[in-house]
Amino acid sequence: MSKQADSQLSNPFYDTSLNKRHLKAKVFKSFTITSIIFSISFLLFFLGDMIYKGLPAFQQSYIQIEVNYSEKTIASTRKAIDKKYRKVVSRAWLRDIPKRVKANPELLGTKQITWVLLNHQVDQYLKGHYYKVKDKDLNLIKTMQAQDKVELHFNQIFFSHGDSKIPENSGFKSAVVGSVLTLLVTMIVAFPLGVMTAVYLEEFAEDNRWTQLVEVNINNLAAIPSILFGLLGLAVFISLFGMPRSSPLVGGLTLALMTLPIIIVSSRAALRSVPDSIRQAGYGLGLTKVQVVQDHVLPLAFPGIMTGSIIGLSQAMGETAPLIIIGMIAFIPDTPTSIFESATVMPAQLFTWAGMPERAYVERTAAGIMLLISVLISLNTFAIYLRKRFEVKW
Amino acid sequence: MKPFELKNRHHGLKEQLIHFCLISAATVSILTTFGVLFSILFEAIEFFQMRSFWYFITGTEWSPGVENSKFGAVPIFAGTFMITFIAMAVAVPIGLGSAIFLSEYASDFLRDKLKPLLEILAGIPTVVYGFFAAITVAPAIVNFFASFGVHASFNSALASGAVMGIMIIPVISSLSDDVIRAVPDSQRKASLALGMTQGETITSIVIPSALPGIISASILGLSKALGETMIVVMAAGLRPNLSWNPLEDMTTVTVRIVDALVGDNEFNSPDTLSAFALGLVLFVVTLILNIISISLIHKFKEKYKVNTL
Repeated sequence: MSKQADSQLSNPFYDTSLNKRHLKAKVFKSFTITSIIFSISFLLFFLGDMIYKGLPAFQQSYIQIEVNYSEKTIASTRKAIDKKYRKVVSRAWLRDIPKRVKANPELLGTKQITWVLLNHQVDQYLKGHYYKVKDKDLNLIKTMQAQDKVELHFNQIFFSHGDSKIPENSGFKSAVVGSVLTLLVTMIVAFPLGVMTAVYLEEFAEDNRWTQLVEVNINNLAAIPSILFGLLGLAVFISLFGMPRSSPLVGGLTLALMTLPIIIVSSRAALRSVPDSIRQAGYGLGLTKVQVVQDHVLPLAFPGIMTGSIIGLSQAMGETAPLIIIGMIAFIPDTPTSIFESATVMPAQLFTWAGMPERAYVERTAAGIMLLISVLISLNTFAIYLRKRFEVKW
Repeated sequence: MKPFELKNRHHGLKEQLIHFCLISAATVSILTTFGVLFSILFEAIEFFQMRSFWYFITGTEWSPGVENSKFGAVPIFAGTFMITFIAMAVAVPIGLGSAIFLSEYASDFLRDKLKPLLEILAGIPTVVYGFFAAITVAPAIVNFFASFGVHASFNSALASGAVMGIMIIPVISSLSDDVIRAVPDSQRKASLALGMTQGETITSIVIPSALPGIISASILGLSKALGETMIVVMAAGLRPNLSWNPLEDMTTVTVRIVDALVGDNEFNSPDTLSAFALGLVLFVVTLILNIISISLIHKFKEKYKVNTL
């Protein structure tokens, strides 16, 4: 027996169960540490997995071959290239030949050696994933590779194109624009409504039945599952008011109602943090209530209100379920130009791609996720920065 | 004095106008809640005029899209229950453990670094979790169980439930952390002074004191799980399946709502309207859970006189 244990036994106040109790405390502590480690490592694993899956999508493979631009090949674009390449080259690239000639009329009647987009199966083979390419075509690619005529280039298409049924031709642009339009509608509706409600509740309302009703309602609004807002949008905006289906207008309005409670709650907190002495000073100078709120309380609470609105915006940006209900998962290859056109948003585009059978869409989904998450994280970081920067201790 | 009077009258009018605007803004929030309720309620009533309410609540066969379609929602409720149960089994211990570590053991420095990281988990869109569950987690589960010779479905309840649990961790940990920190320090000091270990202080003094708040946080997580859509739409099955095996595919209320509304059915067919009946159930259940959760937090606030929650 060690010296320490000896002295403990000779101590009349020493409780023999103490070691056991300390052990229990240790086990408990290690449980809490394990849970936090699990949470954080899940996050890291998840982000790593998305980057690993998504990075390949930023590159796309091309082959250097001769393309024949003539009246005949514009009429039948398949004939623009040698027969043996037809199985490996992207159909979408060939389909765009007339467009290319129109943009560059001097191409007509010439033969050019250019980089031509390969199709997604060959692309997947070159990136070392699962592929379905015939042996004959595979040998062709291998010999071309030996001559340095097959290369991976930066994937511009991903940023300049909308959705497409041909994987190598599909991009994220129309979804980004759709998201911007939708969120514009959301903010234009939700921000003033939310701030005004908060100002009313915090500064003007007396504590009566009516304000209590509003309070309870805001709490409920915050807890309603988002998919039910989709049912509301479908029943009210589309069926009742006849607004265009899958448009940013309906999507934005639906998301606005969802974002409203977040903005109200954070704006109220910001208004509450403005000390009463500011208001009293205003009244002392003979200002009316509206003037005090408008010129003194609101400007002081503004950073807090902004923080809450940005967080609300970033939540709306990631929301998908209500938008699916109102039809924003339609196949939208063109970039929308107004809020009345059919559009898709980033998360809905990810959902559509995730359901596609081709392997090439997996990397596009992951790449889109990387984009979306980096936007969300920077929005949230900006919100935290605002809060820290303008935090005032009164 | 005259100009002042004039100005004041002008002000009075303007103020009334502003006041009116503010009240109308507040009215919108009320209208929204009732809008959600009524838009669902009316369509649901239309559905129950076509199909029996009792069969909806107690029937075990759900077969839309065929002739003599049947709408018995019990297997859907069962699937929802199973996936929610798995999610809570993951989220409650881990979320609570994380909250206890952050509020009781971690130094301020560590806490400042770890809490925002946890909150990133809450900021990840659910469609992303759904993709992750379907592409990474579900195949991993299938492979894992196949190595023991057990068959698991690619749309297993386990995959979507586990990922949903991870999504809910920050919901539970963030609120629990706030509540645990709101427990007055005098209680901890008293307990330590009586010779309790730190572990005992936490398990027998701090947590019981914070219990209303912790339960409230868990209920909030529960209602999140019930209403969560994208993860289950992407990773759980479509087939109503009355089973106790979490490795089989199951469906949930939200999955069936999406499925009923995404197809080409006519709006007034029972197939489409069944979505609103399910939506009504979801609305009522989450509302009840929400009321319980709010009243628990309220009790906690009154007991310890905290205003920051």
